[in-house]
Amino acid sequence: MQPFTTLTAIAVPMHEANIDTNQLCPTRFNKVPRGPKYREILFYDSRFRPDGTQTEFMLNASPYDQSGVIVADRNFGCGSSRETAVYALYEFGIRCVIAPSFGDIFAANCAKNGLLALTLPEEECAAIRRQLQDKPGAKVSVDLAAQTVTDVAGKVHKFEIHEVRKRCLLEGLDDIARTQQYAERIAGFEKGYYKDRPWLGAAARQS
Amino acid sequence: MSPQSIFEKLWNSHHILTDEGESLMYVDVALAQENTLHAFTALEKAKRKVLHPQQIYAFTDHYVPTTGRAKGPAGIPDAGIRNMVIDMQDMAKKYGVTLFGMAHRDQGIMHIVPPEQGIIQPGLFVIGNDSHTSTHGAFGCLAYGVGASEFAHVMATQALWQRKPKAMRITIDGKLGFGVSAKDVILALIAKIGVDGATGYAMEYAGSTIAALSMEGRMTICNMSIEAGGRVGLIAPDDKTYAYVEGRQYAPKGKAWQQALDGWRALATDAGATFDKEVTLDAASIAPTATWGVNPSQALPVTGVVPDPAGIKDPQQRSEYETALEYMALRPGMGLQDIKLDRVFIGSCTNGRIEDLRAAAEVAKHGRAVVPTWVVPGSMSVMRQAEAEGLDKIFIKAGFEWRDPGCSMCTAINGDYLQPGERCASTSNRNFRNRQGPGGRTHLVSPAMAAAAAIKGHLTDVREILK
Repeated sequence: MQPFTTLTAIAVPMHEANIDTNQLCPTRFNKVPRGPKYREILFYDSRFRPDGTQTEFMLNASPYDQSGVIVADRNFGCGSSRETAVYALYEFGIRCVIAPSFGDIFAANCAKNGLLALTLPEEECAAIRRQLQDKPGAKVSVDLAAQTVTDVAGKVHKFEIHEVRKRCLLEGLDDIARTQQYAERIAGFEKGYYKDRPWLGAAARQS
Repeated sequence: MSPQSIFEKLWNSHHILTDEGESLMYVDVALAQENTLHAFTALEKAKRKVLHPQQIYAFTDHYVPTTGRAKGPAGIPDAGIRNMVIDMQDMAKKYGVTLFGMAHRDQGIMHIVPPEQGIIQPGLFVIGNDSHTSTHGAFGCLAYGVGASEFAHVMATQALWQRKPKAMRITIDGKLGFGVSAKDVILALIAKIGVDGATGYAMEYAGSTIAALSMEGRMTICNMSIEAGGRVGLIAPDDKTYAYVEGRQYAPKGKAWQQALDGWRALATDAGATFDKEVTLDAASIAPTATWGVNPSQALPVTGVVPDPAGIKDPQQRSEYETALEYMALRPGMGLQDIKLDRVFIGSCTNGRIEDLRAAAEVAKHGRAVVPTWVVPGSMSVMRQAEAEGLDKIFIKAGFEWRDPGCSMCTAINGDYLQPGERCASTSNRNFRNRQGPGGRTHLVSPAMAAAAAIKGHLTDVREILK
């Protein structure tokens, strides 16, 4: 996994709440193997007409075709658990989404793919979106170690993030390797778990 | 010991260890579908093994066609779709996980087959590579939807890192009115608390209304927890739960069954347990419901009218309503029952069970479909049961199309989808833009309401037909 440390990038404001993963990656593209094709898939049904021509959707044109950050409203990434929504953001070049809240599964998927889903209060997100609206193509900066976002006006916003999520993103850590250090503890737990629950497992189905 | 909720009991019984403020949780059962190929591919790339293949179950449901299946996967016309089914089946065989493939006599949807098979039992931690995994909470399980990376993690380690969600109890009391079903209950709840009303919470449904529901109804409720943002939705097991599980393929037998019952009976929430949030809903206030907008919270009693954004003070909500009405091509103030339909879909992990088909058939007896109407059973087992009861004949006589099991037009990835601009009354779970096909418009309803819509050609109060 690509580590996430700091980022200064063009930020695109998205004012609509509840942008679901179906919009980020329309279902019919879930079968596409992970790779650069996902750049085109992001928001496909908003960006392209049925005949394949481009719409006016902002990600299609400069400066937002170079976006690295989305500043959104609440409940971004709600709905389906599809990780392809994160692949699409990532391949487009989005490394960070700032929103007042996220769909739970989406936020977890981001963290596993080096994408920072960070929460700021609703009014702060709205204020940054207004700045971006006034100055299309303006950049924001994110510093994960310091847990700060610097907005268009230079104002610094502090954000909260769970320690582990932060460390994994900073180091680009593979979760499975971390867990396998505990293989013995898991095996020990398992033994006790099944001893206490003799009705689980194949033998219990036989009698 | 202080009183505990069922959620706390389930959490504690699967908790292996805490590291840096995260909990490593033991997973009993993991459910895969064709899209889980992304997880298998990640495992392959990292040269990792599946630790306990006997605890992983794979289903072909999202991509399978719902008609013309005689030739099996090889007969699927679209190469992209065909390969998803074939590749998943191959991967399942390669890693030795249990496969309910396209040719399996019990093939069906990943949230319908596992309870039918007795794979789902009270007290388990179930994860699935699908957001509607919360369905299995209906059995008193901790059941989470996860993405491909977390699924791969579970396959490699049989464990999952989690932070404990807060606990919410939704108490629903009273008797449901005539023509009102579990689907109406969950739509009414989501309309009340919003699509992010339960984000960060594990939801427990309780109260006399829930107790009176069948297992099928309870599954419908838990299934849609994610549509309120809750990753977990659960119901304490009771005698109805045990009666449902008993005797099924994977259920404990003989002495083990008695041991299981003793264990399961201790799961229910203790009197005096506390919750971070409590919500109540009066069953008597719930009417047959339909959505008018582009998320499941935009729902109203079918006797209502399309809301007028101009009357809404909050600018954010006003703009949400405007966007929704524009996409749905609806006029403010028009009656929901004046909304004309092009299609009707009955099926999905939300409403593709036998009780759902019985409810739809009861209404189908009263007329004939005036728009194309599909009935897609949730599994082969549901299909056999329905045919044994003659429901297929009722549907066919009413001009409904009786199809083979799968996710079909709920997720619209197997080739079943709406044409741009088409409007559908659907028993599925999401009315998101483009969900049932690019440009498609969805109105979520119960199975009885969907059948009523089919024979009238517009959204219809099912009580008018059944009275």
